[in-house]
Amino acid sequence: MNISIILQMAADAAEDRVGLVCGGRRWTYGALLAAARGAASLIRDSGARHVALLDESSEAAAIALFGAAIAGVPYVPLNYRLADAGLGPLIDRIAPALLIGDVARAAGAWTQEGLLPQSRDAFVREAEGRGAPAKDHKESDGETIAIQLFTSGTTAAPKAAILRHSNLLSYILGTVEFASADEAEAALVSVPPYHIAGIAALLSSIYAQRRILLLPTFEPAAWLALAAKEGATNAFVVPTMLARIIEHLDKTPDAPIPALKAIAYGGGRMPLELIHRALDLFPGTGFTNAYGLTETSSTIAILGPEEHRAAHASTDPATRARLGSVGRPLPTVEIEIRDEDGRVLPTGERGEIYVRGDQVSGEYRERSALDAQGWFPTRDAGWLDSDGYLFLSGRADDVIVRGGENMSPGEIEDVLLTHPALADACAVAIPSVEWGEAVGLAVIVRGDKAAPSDTELRDLIRSRLRSSRVPERILFVDALPYNELGKLLRREVKTWFKD
Amino acid sequence: MKPGMKLKSATCDTEVMVIKCGQGTVECGGLPMAVDRPPEPDPIDPAHAAGTVMGKRYVDAGATFELLCVKPGKGSLSIDGAPLTLKDAKPLPASD
Repeated sequence: MNISIILQMAADAAEDRVGLVCGGRRWTYGALLAAARGAASLIRDSGARHVALLDESSEAAAIALFGAAIAGVPYVPLNYRLADAGLGPLIDRIAPALLIGDVARAAGAWTQEGLLPQSRDAFVREAEGRGAPAKDHKESDGETIAIQLFTSGTTAAPKAAILRHSNLLSYILGTVEFASADEAEAALVSVPPYHIAGIAALLSSIYAQRRILLLPTFEPAAWLALAAKEGATNAFVVPTMLARIIEHLDKTPDAPIPALKAIAYGGGRMPLELIHRALDLFPGTGFTNAYGLTETSSTIAILGPEEHRAAHASTDPATRARLGSVGRPLPTVEIEIRDEDGRVLPTGERGEIYVRGDQVSGEYRERSALDAQGWFPTRDAGWLDSDGYLFLSGRADDVIVRGGENMSPGEIEDVLLTHPALADACAVAIPSVEWGEAVGLAVIVRGDKAAPSDTELRDLIRSRLRSSRVPERILFVDALPYNELGKLLRREVKTWFKD
Repeated sequence: MKPGMKLKSATCDTEVMVIKCGQGTVECGGLPMAVDRPPEPDPIDPAHAAGTVMGKRYVDAGATFELLCVKPGKGSLSIDGAPLTLKDAKPLPASD
């Protein structure tokens, strides 16, 4: 199997239909396929073992993704926001590689043999100018690696997650109906190309034949302008992007609200307050919460538009609480909650989320994390309610174990965020002589509010949760460390308590 | 035969990609499909002339075979004479 079939089918069915819009230029499915074939020929001739992208989103990302697939070489989009010192070791792990994008940076920072840098423009020009490779990549057994993604490493050093063609194709065939999009539909894609959501967006939009509108760098005004100009009907955002869009709309009351049919979000924790606000602000838009991981080829659970509206409008606490869930597992995957010894836990009990399905790779360069029965331990903590809705409660590694009692940072943070003077909060495990671990808190006070006392915050937590959750230390800080996609870097917050 | 392989109809324009396979002969329009198409198409058996639809997945009763139609045609798919049926897909909201 090969993911290039996705583009091949789109081009066969609608060669002249516009599939991608980027920087004012429009690409038909036919033109994209021709360029991908040219790229495959270039990749084959280069002798590269990997095709790396060190660049923002552009047509080059789509051409490199499918070109690498046709050539049978893994595609490795890199996080260009990493410092040279962080990127160097990753590049060492993929040489010899064709590196598309920031050639100046590549030449200055890394000198290893076998790195073949090519600028975005040069790559696209050559891909367009060349014909298809003499022979298609010889099909092996469908187990070829399509993509290698370095995980963001919020809790440890980056791991090289690999997704095989069969994983990605299972995901697309199982969740997207071919050519199901109307010709007027367009999906605004603003997630970076090195994020699994950025790759999944290319694959699913092309398979659905939904025109892709690429926004290389997210900025709220540019996002709104592109949505209006190109008539976007769909968009995928991470929660921080949605927060910034809403903030922008609040500041510019005259700005027209885009008439999006659907907004999907994922990639990080969505604050309840924010999603309620979004549902009010975009009354005609269907919201979908998509939960997934790199290692699962993107989405494994979905909270759909009707469920959002029902929860938003409901006064029943259980129905309303669903807005804080990530919905139900896709029909094509299975989910289980297990305890530390691997035992399956009953409904309502919190443990580690395990997932199984054809789209789940659970595999790294070094080893596979799947157990003998094919289950992947996500390291995400969560629980299922009686109707099968999945609730997340942080990373399993972030759990605070105080005197043998497990507590998730999220439950403590949720309570703190109900305090009117607090803008943000982070709970982490700190060493405790008496309990092994105890709760440490870092909080941000709203600019226009006076800081609450430690006692007030401790009383708030004691009144809403068990006394074991009461923090031992509280730090008042100006900012919390988030990565560019809005993931809170708890690892860094922990170090603040090390004195 | 193995997953990922593409098969062409001997009777029409249909092409499929094998997603899952077991023991048996994959046919279209009543005749076996193969990697290469014959120079001249054979006539379609009227019993297997319901046509194929681009992008649809077809399965046998035992769910041993699964084929993705990557090019449509006038013949319909069968395994050893037993017609394949459309695989029901639950429509999901676009999530990415």
